[in-house]
Amino acid sequence: MQTTALAFTFLLGEFRAHGKRVAIGVIAIAIGVAMGYAVHLINYAASSEFSQAVRSLMGNADLTVRGTRIGFNEQAYPLLARLPEVAVASPVVEIDAHIPQQSEALKIIGIDYFRAQTVQPNMLGHLADENMNEGLDAFHPNALFLSPAALTWLKLKLGDTLAVQVGLEIRQLHIAGTVPAAGAGQRIGVMDIAAAQWRFDRLGLVQRIDLKLRPGVDIAAFQSKIDSILPTGVAAVTPADGERRAANLSRAYRVNLNVLALVALFTGAFLVFSTQVLSVVRRRSQLALLRVLGLTRASLIRWILAEGTLIGVLGSISGLLLGYAVAAAVLDYSGADLGGGYFSGVRPTVHFDIWATVIFFALGLGAALLGSLVPALETARAQPSRALKAGDEENALRRLRSPLPALVLIASAGALCFVGPVNELPIPGYIAIALLLIGSIALMPRLAYAVFSHFPTPTHSASYLAVTQLKGASGRASIGLSGILASFSLMAAMAIMVTSFRVSVDEWLGNMLPAELYMRAAPSGDTAYFSAQDQLIILSTPGIARAEFLRSTHISLDPLRPAITLIARPIDPANPAARLPFIGAVLPSQPLSSTQPITVWASEAAADLHGLVVGKQFMLPLGAHSQSVIVGGIWRDYARQHGALVINLADYRRLTGDERVTEAGMWLQAGTIPAQAVNNLRASLHNNTRLDIAEPGEVRRLSLKIFDRSFTVTYLLEAVAIIVGLFGIAASFGGQALARAREFGMLRHIGVTRRQIGLMLAIEGALLTTLGVLAGLLLGWVIALILIHVVNPQSFHWTMNTHMPWVLLSSVAATLIFAAAITAWLSGRSAMSVQAIRAVRDDW
Amino acid sequence: MKKLFFLLNVLALLPAMVWAAPPLYPAVKPNTALVFPRDHGAHLEHRTEWWYVTGWLETLDGKQLGFQVTFFRTRPNIDQANPSQFSPKQLLFAHAAISDPAQGSLLHDQRGARSGFDLAQASEADTDVRIDQWTLQREPTGRYTTHIQAREFELQLSLQLTQALLLQGDHGYSRKGKNLSQASYYYSQPQLAVSGTITRAGKKITVRGTAWLDHEWSTSVLAQEAVGWDWVGLNLDNGSTLMAFRIRDAAGQTLWASGTLRDTQGRVRALSSQHITFTPTRHWRSPRTATNYPVAMQVQAGDLQLQLEPLMEDQELDSRLSTGAVYWEGAVTALQNGQRVGRGYLELTGYFKPLKF
Repeated sequence: MQTTALAFTFLLGEFRAHGKRVAIGVIAIAIGVAMGYAVHLINYAASSEFSQAVRSLMGNADLTVRGTRIGFNEQAYPLLARLPEVAVASPVVEIDAHIPQQSEALKIIGIDYFRAQTVQPNMLGHLADENMNEGLDAFHPNALFLSPAALTWLKLKLGDTLAVQVGLEIRQLHIAGTVPAAGAGQRIGVMDIAAAQWRFDRLGLVQRIDLKLRPGVDIAAFQSKIDSILPTGVAAVTPADGERRAANLSRAYRVNLNVLALVALFTGAFLVFSTQVLSVVRRRSQLALLRVLGLTRASLIRWILAEGTLIGVLGSISGLLLGYAVAAAVLDYSGADLGGGYFSGVRPTVHFDIWATVIFFALGLGAALLGSLVPALETARAQPSRALKAGDEENALRRLRSPLPALVLIASAGALCFVGPVNELPIPGYIAIALLLIGSIALMPRLAYAVFSHFPTPTHSASYLAVTQLKGASGRASIGLSGILASFSLMAAMAIMVTSFRVSVDEWLGNMLPAELYMRAAPSGDTAYFSAQDQLIILSTPGIARAEFLRSTHISLDPLRPAITLIARPIDPANPAARLPFIGAVLPSQPLSSTQPITVWASEAAADLHGLVVGKQFMLPLGAHSQSVIVGGIWRDYARQHGALVINLADYRRLTGDERVTEAGMWLQAGTIPAQAVNNLRASLHNNTRLDIAEPGEVRRLSLKIFDRSFTVTYLLEAVAIIVGLFGIAASFGGQALARAREFGMLRHIGVTRRQIGLMLAIEGALLTTLGVLAGLLLGWVIALILIHVVNPQSFHWTMNTHMPWVLLSSVAATLIFAAAITAWLSGRSAMSVQAIRAVRDDW
Repeated sequence: MKKLFFLLNVLALLPAMVWAAPPLYPAVKPNTALVFPRDHGAHLEHRTEWWYVTGWLETLDGKQLGFQVTFFRTRPNIDQANPSQFSPKQLLFAHAAISDPAQGSLLHDQRGARSGFDLAQASEADTDVRIDQWTLQREPTGRYTTHIQAREFELQLSLQLTQALLLQGDHGYSRKGKNLSQASYYYSQPQLAVSGTITRAGKKITVRGTAWLDHEWSTSVLAQEAVGWDWVGLNLDNGSTLMAFRIRDAAGQTLWASGTLRDTQGRVRALSSQHITFTPTRHWRSPRTATNYPVAMQVQAGDLQLQLEPLMEDQELDSRLSTGAVYWEGAVTALQNGQRVGRGYLELTGYFKPLKF
């Protein structure tokens, strides 16, 4: 009992005396927990709101029959409704309406109220007072019902009008009432199906038919039965499939963010480890005394772990609070897409999630405990009698372990890189990175020993001392070294990956934007377009030499996966590479004949997700028919994560009869300046405000801005990694300098000046950090290669070329080395403030 | 004079809107000869129309049941220019109810749909209306058949003519108010011999009985002061028939009344306002809506005086969830000196809330 009290006093004293160091550990854990927790809460809120939206849109339906974004022939509706298994069939028109001045489109659902009553009761509009609507009823072609969230978002009230863009025209809808049962965060509008078809030029097409089956009908059997009667590209899915599809949308992105959070936690654990190791080393004699006084080995381990627990609990709690606040602020300020562009149309709010809270608390605590476990075991293993003697600190760190486990870890990391994704997630890749990191850290003492023992001994006195010190006590240095390695390699890996990605995107944009001027009918939604007449006007606009038109729409190749983008644009069959950045072989152009399949070109993601290879033939659902097509090449695409297919615009028009386009790329006549062409276009299209016209430079700048925004979290984490690295160095040298007070005293005795000792420490710090940075760079490069060639293709289905951000890396490296030297020197000064004679006397 | 008039309230009687192509509703005019079988079919140009079957059924073990099957068509005031196949140019509704004293309240179900896609349709050639699997059809022989697949029951009935068709009002021109335009085209098929089956809880039982079919179409609007109406259609046991209605104002006074009496010899006598009185003799208060209905009535029609007693008191129909109406629609027995002389249906509207026009 006495010893327990004594131990408690010791530990409390440690916390009191070195609060700052403890605080660093707490902060590191808190950052990791906060980040992971915030990412989780945001995604949880977004995806549950999204699933909620999917569920609520599907209502009581047992099955949803859906096809492409353009929709499918409405004649499928009576066909399905008459099947004996079907109780009610509810046809739905879905529109993403572009609202001028809004960056996000408004989802408008066109329903048949009579059918929706039983199938989607949550979608029923509620008419406002008669006098407010001047007799407007639910069937009025301009009557729109808005969910409460949409009303708030658009700052509208009942009785107001809402302008929507259809083609290049603006149409006014009247807010006739609300959709009270829509989910709290759901931004939707509801209209009569006939009104929606008419107002949005969707005659003859529906996007969905929701089916309520008669009691006792086997859903799966019925699903396969109707598969044969549905047109290609149209399939029946269950609400669970729908939710899974919604969750799949952002899964890879979510997992990546969560892995980044784990990286933050790992650095936190490492920081706890380095502070704990040093604090244990410094208190070696105290702890030995406790052992001598009767504290058992197990109790000692418990006490040191208790310190870690305290750090972990404090870190986790502050991390959870911080994470919750960040999540709430992010959701409130910028919505739920985390820069990833998913989850539009929902406005979720943060919800407390008990399990996530428990898990992230446990992760934070676990990290802190893990960080304390190694030093605790090490201390407990020490012989109290020996540890009591001065100068034994070195022993704790000197022992070099066999490099074999570390090499095994690294080797298995290498092997894991060649294992494919698990459940479509790059789990083996991530594990490989973790193993590589742990293996490398474990190898660091060996590396330090190997490097410094062969280091030529300089003649300059301070350098001589520094090098000799490193040769003799390389084990001690390895802690600081590991900190630098971990933080710098992670930082370098992320920097290399992001730079490679950014440069690749930039090059790709150059390839994708060959024209001099670009014009979109609207920045959002699927309701705006250029009609055939608009296209003629564009071509005859003064200053426009020629134009290429592009039609973008969505089709479904697999009902369980998100729809892929179908891009119809003019492609020269003889030279498709002029417009598409191909990877690998490209099929030679096909002779034009009606029996030959039409050539389409698949993006990497489309190829990966739908198993397309060059030369493969498949049936492509286009409008009411499906067409045999052949894959002519695989091209790189960073814009459409769920895949894209390019088809020649002429082929598309011939097959669908759809003359509308959504974008135009234009070349200017010689001597025309872009601004002039823009003015001419606006004037000739009678529509000067709504057109979205940009030069490629602008598009590029905007795209890269969006790119940077989506990597905000990564940039933030890079900064955190560097800060953690600096903290690690400071902690390491601070601890070492205190432990080496006797050494400094001795050096002073034999005539070494304070200045020289300071210089010696600075050189030690610089040398050590240089080694750490070099090793970190190598490790970071390897990790970056795994990220670029394993993780990225597996999670996002795109590849990129490696580009090294040398300027960034070298300036961060220089900063780290310089900061390390300064830190070492500063810590030496505080240690030397003790009188030399007192420091040496400690020996006795 | 049928209940579903007030659906118009919700769906069609909207202030005139400015449309690219507004619907043009033909007026109901006197001296228009009805032509059959054409006029058994739908009159899609008119604003409203219904086929309305009510009757008494008897099971093999002698149990008495009431039933009603109604198909209602409305042409809403919407822009006729909308080329969409979904354009709700015609809306169809159907109600079906069974009155079973053992049950205590109505078994009831309803359907609504826009016509189109051959899923919901009202034929112009002959009586042939349906919403999904709910149908009412007239065969060339004059026999009607109806099939109703409701939530709690299934009706499969055949209705055989036993008498000639009965034109209401002035040769089928039936006035509803002082204004000449407040009128409908209206004929009845009384004394129909019913046979068929009712399926409840998986049990199919054979029934037979007597029914009454009304077919009425119009464009008219009731008078401003009207809040509701009482209507009765009776198949008297001696083979004669009586139809009578009155339109009430807010004070409960009769604004307009009319009726038709056909005697055993087939002589038809048109009754006007002064010949018809409805005198409540007992009220029933609905525990659900707290509405007081005069479920028992003394009806004076010319020199015929009848006491109406309901098959059961609770025959209230609450369709607020779909069409927004709450009314009483029930099987009644006609008595004279305490003796049964006939059976039919009584309809009481505007007691829950005054109907707005």
